[in-house]
Amino acid sequence: MTNSQMLYLLVALAPLLGAIIAGLFGRQIGRAMAHRVTIALMLVSAVGSVVVLMDVLNGHTYNGSVYTWLTAGNTRFEIGFLIDQLSATMMVVVTFVSLMVHIYTIGYMHDDPGYQRFFSYISLFTFSMLMLVMSNNFLQLFFGWEAVGLVSYLLIGFWYTRPTAIYANLKAFLVNRVGDFGFLLGIALVLAHFGSLDYASVFGLAPKFAAENVELWRGVPWSLLTVICLLLFVGAMGKSAQVPLHVWLPDSMEGPTPISALIHAATMVTAGIFMVARMSPLYELSPTALSVVLVIGAITALSMGLVAIVQNDIKRVVAYSTLSQLGYMTVALGASAYAAGIFHLVTHAFFKAVLFLGAGSVIIAMHHEQDLRKMGGLKKYMPITYLTVLLAALASAGVPGFSGFFSKDAIIEATKLSSAPGAGFAYFCVVACVFVTAFYTFRLVFLAFHGKRRMDHHTQEHLHESPAVVTVPLVALAIPAVLVGWWIGSVVFGGYFGASIKVSEVMREFAGEFHGPLAMVLHSVQTLPFWLSLAGIAAAWFLYLKRPDLPAVLREKFAFVYCILDRKYGFDELYSWLFAGGARSIGSGLWRGGDVAAIDGVMVNGSAKFVGALSAWVRKLQSGFIYHYAFLMIIGVVVLLSAFLAWRHL
Amino acid sequence: MSILSLNVWVPVIAGLIVLATGGDRNASRARALALLGAIAALLVSVPLYTQFDRAASGMQFVERVPWISTFNIYYYLGVDGISVLFILLNNFMTLLVVIAAWIVIEKKVAQYMAAFLIMAGLVNGAFAALDAILFYVFFESMLIPMYLIIGIWGGPKRVYAAVKFFLYTLLGSLLMLAALIYLYFQADKSFDILQFHQLALPLDAQIWLFFGFLLAFAVKVPMWPVHTWLPDAHTEAPTGGSVILAAITLKIGGYGFLRFTLPIAPDASHHLAGFMIALSLIAVIYIGLVALVQTDMKRLIAYSSISHMGFVTLGTFIFNAHGMQGAIVQMLSHGFVSGALFLCVGVLYDRMHSRNIADYGGVVNTMPIFAAFFMLFAMANSGLPGTSGFVGEFLVVLGSMQVNFWVAVLAATTLIFGAAYTLWMYKRVIFGAVANTHVAALKDLDRREFVVLAVLAAAVLWMGLYPKPVTDILNTSVSDLLQHVTQTKLGLAAR
Repeated sequence: MTNSQMLYLLVALAPLLGAIIAGLFGRQIGRAMAHRVTIALMLVSAVGSVVVLMDVLNGHTYNGSVYTWLTAGNTRFEIGFLIDQLSATMMVVVTFVSLMVHIYTIGYMHDDPGYQRFFSYISLFTFSMLMLVMSNNFLQLFFGWEAVGLVSYLLIGFWYTRPTAIYANLKAFLVNRVGDFGFLLGIALVLAHFGSLDYASVFGLAPKFAAENVELWRGVPWSLLTVICLLLFVGAMGKSAQVPLHVWLPDSMEGPTPISALIHAATMVTAGIFMVARMSPLYELSPTALSVVLVIGAITALSMGLVAIVQNDIKRVVAYSTLSQLGYMTVALGASAYAAGIFHLVTHAFFKAVLFLGAGSVIIAMHHEQDLRKMGGLKKYMPITYLTVLLAALASAGVPGFSGFFSKDAIIEATKLSSAPGAGFAYFCVVACVFVTAFYTFRLVFLAFHGKRRMDHHTQEHLHESPAVVTVPLVALAIPAVLVGWWIGSVVFGGYFGASIKVSEVMREFAGEFHGPLAMVLHSVQTLPFWLSLAGIAAAWFLYLKRPDLPAVLREKFAFVYCILDRKYGFDELYSWLFAGGARSIGSGLWRGGDVAAIDGVMVNGSAKFVGALSAWVRKLQSGFIYHYAFLMIIGVVVLLSAFLAWRHL
Repeated sequence: MSILSLNVWVPVIAGLIVLATGGDRNASRARALALLGAIAALLVSVPLYTQFDRAASGMQFVERVPWISTFNIYYYLGVDGISVLFILLNNFMTLLVVIAAWIVIEKKVAQYMAAFLIMAGLVNGAFAALDAILFYVFFESMLIPMYLIIGIWGGPKRVYAAVKFFLYTLLGSLLMLAALIYLYFQADKSFDILQFHQLALPLDAQIWLFFGFLLAFAVKVPMWPVHTWLPDAHTEAPTGGSVILAAITLKIGGYGFLRFTLPIAPDASHHLAGFMIALSLIAVIYIGLVALVQTDMKRLIAYSSISHMGFVTLGTFIFNAHGMQGAIVQMLSHGFVSGALFLCVGVLYDRMHSRNIADYGGVVNTMPIFAAFFMLFAMANSGLPGTSGFVGEFLVVLGSMQVNFWVAVLAATTLIFGAAYTLWMYKRVIFGAVANTHVAALKDLDRREFVVLAVLAAAVLWMGLYPKPVTDILNTSVSDLLQHVTQTKLGLAAR
């Protein structure tokens, strides 16, 4: 084994080791030791990832197998690594955010009885996510895919005595399973036609299959690659919470806040985005699939952004904002601007982690009060939290110069250039959503940190800045949240991703218009998104600081719209009635009508009863009286004779 | 005695010795002897794994001695890659069942332990038999210990369940006997199963044979709609009975298709594949939905068993390597997983004397270690990658996709239904606040229970993370069987 292979294994397995130690021996080693061990191993993994990224940027990529999982027929299923620019970038983002969240957890989960279990879970999550991004084949991708789903399930239900938490985690797992259902079928279709699950061989063969059709219904040919891409995208819709499979993400906020930051904002939910970018050689061959991706992303971005406006729970605002931002990334994929999508994934990972961890810091200070209406004026008490959240909010709102601006602007521009069907609609959505994003983000900032203090007296007396284990990760994440955007030149337009992502026509055209990040900032003042984002911030300022009486008036005036948004378009009600209720009624019907009544009642017990009744009747014939038998014999002879004669003469 | 004979007779003789200890005054001696017997049985099956030639076609460890020469019946044993794994699984599960029953069974201990040991020997015999009559004898005689296990140590409705179990399976296998006798005459008065495989048979004869075998094996598997004995048998059986029933005896049905139906009637099997696939898919979906609404934990797991066994018959009748390997792996995995789930319910039942989901809630608060194990097995039952439950389902879905897109779509719905019924039950039993004083008084696993579940957990994870050692044993036999099944017998008949 070469040194670099050892390093890859080390990066992936160090978190697993941490998870095993903290999980199985947590009680023995105690709380402090549990976090020391997991954080030390996480640090190893993070440093290793940075080394790997450096190595990759120096041109040293890797694609190889670790072991053979099984062989069936002529297929070998392997576990292996593909280390290129895309996976190495993801590795650094995942391990860095994870490390910060590990440290932050020391403060946030300080008094929790499940302390060691929590560290075990987040380390296990990091391992699963690394396996997902480092995979060189569809099988291992699916392993990681489902494993992160499992850990998400465990973490949403971390406080397992809360009814809402254990409802949310079951819902999250099942909705994700709906996505995985499509994903698995996509993988099976790949194997059935390509005969391999290895990325390199599948991507190599893909152009040959570009014109291949399959008939799902007799006489209706579908492009094979379109079917594959759409099925895989169903998986991405589950994991990356795209409409209509988004319903699990807001509820996942029942989990502890560090998890919301790590899993439900920065990393796991981006798995779908990563997957589509990884599959770009396939998606590029299916314009239909790309259009679907584009439109779904656009719908998600705008519709979920609007919902964020009416949320009062600080975590839910950020959760809906995550949904909306994931929509942006999906739009980028649909517009064939994969690099821009991944770039937004990276900037979003940082600024959203800050927003979540900042929200967590506020929640600690507020004694686990999450209602924005009961906050206000926290700026004075929590300067570090305020400053970092403000920077992240500026990034999120897409104010020029901050990271979110670069990545979001790149997506908007790419959508404008895209000629895919649905691009016009998508362009409208992403531009309109700039205003919405700025508005809800600054609504949160103003409601929480500015204005009058609305909390009760007791809480107010105990307000204070969070300890260093909380603020240091905030600062450490805020720095890249501000600065990472300036790398846009090389990451999105340069050759950063090398051969790991397909460069589309749109991106080539786009790159021609790019003249450096500074020019991009200066140019932006002439564009609509810039003014929309300023307008969003100004509107939030006007409504929540200048005239705080207005929102209530507006709510009254637009009661209908408000109601739709407040009910989140009714997805939850519809699903719980149609799917949960429907499955139970059908199951009940099949059980009582099929198993109990028809099969057991009629066939099984029915035949037993029939035999019983028959023998009861037959028994009557055996009366024991000779004359009964003699009479029956005579009747028998008469019947036989008549039948015989009748048959002869007719 | 040769290895296979040892595998058949060591458990049977051990069972008889245990039985000889008599009443419950000698219970501890009976337990110790049973443990020794089960360990001995597992030890004699080790050479089957280590000395098995993975590259060789055909039967290995063959023994052949005349038994009833008048009818040309032989005591004829041998295993290939398919059957050898089931013998290993059987001995493994029997040992666990003996340990699991250690203090739980208090009445008629010797008889209970003896029933399981004798059962194990008979099952090994069925998996190893290469003479049709020998197979039939083992196949039928294993009903007796199971009938007694359910009827004596079972729950309140045990008599109904035991009789239903017995009649269902006995009726099913009668037609098989007729089929075997027909084959005997076709094969020049021989009961050699391998000779049956080579027989040239016209299509209509094959179809008759197919249905003759179908009823016997479909009841065992069980396939929809002849499955209703299973939920009753499982709910009423004692824990060990449920474990062996689910882990081992159902597998004889799946094995029967591979050993008899497919190779003897390949053309009929192809001809009726659509029918079999339809029944399998009904099992996966219909039973999955029925499992969702069960209120009794054991009944729920029983329905889940039927649904998972649907994958076995589906994988068998799509005639490709992925499907068939998936079917066999699914059977082995289901042995571990359903066995483990029944043991988990047994752990709860021993403490609370209720199988009702509604009587539980918040068990994790008082039994965290148990909850962790139960979580692992629940996830394995939902087919989570990394557990054994995933491997078989994954391979069968891959295989189905090569045959028909919509078959794969319907099969893959198990991803949703399987997770729904398993995790919803888990949520109601394990999660939440402590539901009542009984739950509050629960004690976590003792060392014996811990060992049993830990061993199974290791098996489930090992088979999920590195199934290659298992599939390597299967590969040659599966490809030989597929090769055999693709060759029509009709041309031979005409010649």
